[in-house]
Order: sequence, then C-alpha cells, then structure tokens
Amino acid sequence: MSAREFAQQLKARFGDWISEPKEFRAEITVQLSDAERIADICQFAKKELGFDYLVDISSIDNYGTDPRWTVVYHLYGYGHRCHLRVKTDVSEEKSGLPTVTGVWRTADWHEREIYDMMGIRFRGHPDLRRILMWEGYPYFPLRKDFPLAGKPSDVPEVAFTRPAPEEGGPFVTRPGGKDSTAREPRAHELEADDAAARAPAEKI
Amino acid sequence: MSADMNPQSPLPAGAAEELTDLQGEKMVLNMGPSHPATHGVLRLVLELDGEIITKATPDIGYLHRGDEKIAENMTYTQFIPYTDRLDYLAPLANNVAYALAVEKLMGIDHDLPPRCQYIRVICCELARLSSHLLGLGSMAMDVGALTVFLFTFTEREKIYNLIEALTGARFTTSYTRIGGVARDLPAGWVEQCRKFLGEVVVNIDETEKLLTRNKIFVDRNRDIGVISREAAIDYGLSGPNLRGSGVEFDLRKAHPYLVYDQLEFEVPAGSVGDCYDRYLVRIEEMRQSVGLLRQCLDKLPGGAGNAAREPVDIPDGKTILPSKYKVLTSMEELIHQFILVTEGVNAPPGEVYFSAENPKGELGFYIHSKGGGTPNRLKIRSPSFCNLSILPFLMPGHMISDTVAIFGSLDFVMGECDR
Repeated sequence: MSAREFAQQLKARFGDWISEPKEFRAEITVQLSDAERIADICQFAKKELGFDYLVDISSIDNYGTDPRWTVVYHLYGYGHRCHLRVKTDVSEEKSGLPTVTGVWRTADWHEREIYDMMGIRFRGHPDLRRILMWEGYPYFPLRKDFPLAGKPSDVPEVAFTRPAPEEGGPFVTRPGGKDSTAREPRAHELEADDAAARAPAEKI
Repeated sequence: MSADMNPQSPLPAGAAEELTDLQGEKMVLNMGPSHPATHGVLRLVLELDGEIITKATPDIGYLHRGDEKIAENMTYTQFIPYTDRLDYLAPLANNVAYALAVEKLMGIDHDLPPRCQYIRVICCELARLSSHLLGLGSMAMDVGALTVFLFTFTEREKIYNLIEALTGARFTTSYTRIGGVARDLPAGWVEQCRKFLGEVVVNIDETEKLLTRNKIFVDRNRDIGVISREAAIDYGLSGPNLRGSGVEFDLRKAHPYLVYDQLEFEVPAGSVGDCYDRYLVRIEEMRQSVGLLRQCLDKLPGGAGNAAREPVDIPDGKTILPSKYKVLTSMEELIHQFILVTEGVNAPPGEVYFSAENPKGELGFYIHSKGGGTPNRLKIRSPSFCNLSILPFLMPGHMISDTVAIFGSLDFVMGECDR
C-alpha cells in the first residue's frame, strides 16, 4: 500500500478532521483540522495502519498569522516502509495539544524539545521540562520574535549573561543587540530609510 | 538485610541502628557533564541503591548552539559548515545528507551527475569507517582494553589524511555544495584510498582478534544493556543501535539515495540487542563500508584521473557557483554568482523531509520553505538525540560500571544531540 492510500484510510476513518492528502516531492502530507484529536489519530495510525515508528516531531512558528503554531509529525512504518506527514495548527492563545507519548515513547523527548524551543505545551506529558535550555530560562528561543543574538537573562547561581570581557569590541554581538549582519556597514547603504532604527547600534 | 533478621546481633546497639538507617536510602551520583566515558558533555543523574542503578535522568543541552535558529537566518549554502559540527566524528556524511535534503526541496536530487554521486558515497562510507573506528576504540577503552583505541586511531589518522587531501580540512570539511561537491578528487587520491582500504581490513581483523573472543570484553558487554526489538522501535532508535536489536533496516537499502541501489552490500543485524550485538554490528558495517568503497573506486565514472572531464556538480550555473574564469569573462555568469552569493539558491515554497543513513543512525532534515534562499524552518532529526532518550528506560537494574559499556555501545555524539 502506498502512503497516499494510508492517508485516504485516515480520511475515511476521521472524515472532515483530515484534509485531502497533498503531495510534494513524492511525500504525502495530511492536515488535521482539530489538534485535540492528534492522539486519537496517532493511535489509529499506529495500531491499524502500522505506523510503528515516529521519526520526528517538529514545530513551525507562523509569526504574524493565526493560528500561530504548526506541529508536524513524521510517521513511518517498518512493515510497509511508507512515510506520512501529519500537520496540525495550534493557536497562540491555546499553545497546547494532547501528548502522543502514550502512543510512541520516543515522543517524550521530541515534545520536551518543542516545549523548550517554542513554548507549546503538551497536555498529559509525563515530564514536561526544558531539555536543551536550563531550568528557569525565561524565553522560547526558536520563536520568530526572539532575536538571533539572544536576550539577556539571569537565573541566580545557575546561568547568567553578564557583560563579557570583550563586550563593546567591534566583533562582539551583544544579547538583544543587532547581529553581525545588521551591524555590517555596507548593509546600511541598502536600507537608507532605516536610519533611525540603526543609530543606537552604531554607539557601541 | 533487615534488622529482625538477626536478633542476636553481635554489634553494639548504636551500630545496628545505623545499619537499619541505611536501608532503602538511595544515593544520587552525578555523572558528567565532563566525564571520560560520556564522550562529550552528557550529564547523567543516577539514583543508586548500593551499586545498582534504580533511576537514571539524562541532562542534555550543554552543547546547544541553536543550529536550527541559525539556519533560519542564513542561506542554504551558508549553513553547510554548521552541519560539520553536528556529528563531528563524521562531518562528511552530514554534509552529504544536508545537501541532499536541500536538493530534494529544489527537485534536483535526480539531476546530480554520476561522478558526484559516487564521490558522495565515498565520502559517506569514509565517514562511517572513521566514526565506527572511533566508536569501537573508545568503547573498548572504556571497558579496559586500551590497545584497541591505539589500533583504531592509527587507521583514523589515515582517513583524516585522505579527507585533508580531498577537502582541505581534516575535521570541518564543508565539502558538499547544493548541487555538487566543492572539488573533484585530487590526483593520486584513488590510489591512496585503495592502499588505505588494504590496510584497514587488516586492522579490523586485528581489532576483532583483540575483542570478539576476549573474555573480559565479552563479559562486560554480553547481556548488558539489552534493548528488545519493540523497545528499539518504540524509542525511535536508528542505525547500528536499531540493527543490534534485530531490526534489519537500513535507509541505504530501504530508500536508496545516491547510487546505493547500484552497489552490493549486506545489512548486518544482531539477535539479542545487547552491547555485544551492537559491537558486532559495527564491526561488520565497517567491512561492508570497505566493500562499498572498493566498488565505488572501481565504478567511478571518469576513472581515477577523470580524463573524460566528467562533471562533479550540476553545471547549469544557477545552483552552484560558476567557475572563476566564467565569472570574469561572461556577464550572465557574473550575475548568477552575485545572486547566488547574496540571495542564495532559489528554492520553491514547500516542505520536505530527507534522511540519510549516517554512522550514528538516521540523520534527517525537515525543511519548511516559503521560497527563496533561506529556510523558514529547518529541523534536524538527530540520531543521537533519539538514541539517548532510551537511557531512563535502559539503565535501571544495571551496575554503575555497566554505564560505560552501555554508553560506548550506544555510540552517541553530543554535538548532534544538542545541536
């Protein structure tokens, strides 16, 4: 059976919750309209359709549009060797959806990573802690409104971003300041109307 | 032992009470982040009952550099050097996997010239050899066989020399480009590589003689860290760790990319899923890699010296930088060069997931593009991250001394785990 047929079976079982399968570069993607159903869909995909391997879960920040988050599940079956991608949108007010750790245990760390990086919560997760950043870190760094250069943060006796000895030098990016691309003098010639915004960055 | 077990205790009253107090009390041992056996910066918080581990909590992220965030802020080509630093024991294989992912997004992965594909396979297999040699060496060293480490590092040194001759760097290779490779094989490289392959098979045999029937090594690894087939799939393990548990799955066979469908090789698999099986799988994979390299060198389109001038990249000038001569003499090529450097390759909107069978397992790139030269989101599915997530399930019940054997057999690298 091909991935498209599996997608059609999902659609036959869950009806309007599942979109028509889309194909791009020989990969099949289905969109789930209600994120609350994700655990049911995954359970069905694993038990009935043989998708026994959860390859990955990732998240996309559609900053400026609503709903803001997209959570992407990559499913694979060792028996039939087909890939299927399931996507679902989550609004910024909710920023949460059910966990799939009950379906595949590998989801545990993937969901922790998404919580850590994007701030999307997974309800029912056994241990939803930060995984890459330290406990107490106040931001979600993979969000589009988080600057590449970082933001100053202090967690007493754990981690801090105090001024580094080199700070103020020409090649040092300050947390929260402009990154090296924006500080590049030749870049400013192109953005002539951006004069007011770049003025503070010059006073290093 | 419990207090009422021996009512006629010869110990003074106070000491007996002290012993009862110790019962059921767990000790917490902090292993890492800087421990020789953790091969990087993995921290493991172990809860111990005597010498038995009752709970293990891995703490990762000490090497987190925000690679995925960085990728969103630069062109596809600019990100290639960052892929060197994922699995830094096999940078060439990462380069190839990343380039293939971007090429899949652009729809040009089937247009790659054959010589380029063969060179890329050679890169992948050299990286696999290098990574497994280190993995075996350090695994053996951790359980007490120091000699093996010296043996395998001798061969790795030769691989590094080959890589240096090929890419100009020993460690951070950045060898692939979107749509090709940076340069063709240098003169005499194929002969050097053949000479090396003749030497490395001898070395692999010698390593096996030192380890495979070595009583100490076998005792430290057999029936330790047993991962069942079901658990391996459930925890998303991949690569030799998955195959060690008896799942005969290899992306090179299941979903062949490059020219793997034209080459002959076997996929070894274990039966028990213990540390010893994972060791055996790696040994056999190295032999298969040598076979693959020999076939590639024999079949290499254009031959060793490439007298026929077979291309090593897609020569349309719009994906890979045009040659310097053309840039200086032709207006069109100059424009292509300018656009490629400033804006990057023109990728269509869409999303792809591509994964390659890397030495550590399935390295996947999920690229979500809104069009243009920069990804909107680039997610790296790293094998070490998933392979390590099994530790809280795997460690309880083992002794502290087993942790080093288990770590060695899982063969993870933190650069890739933390990204």
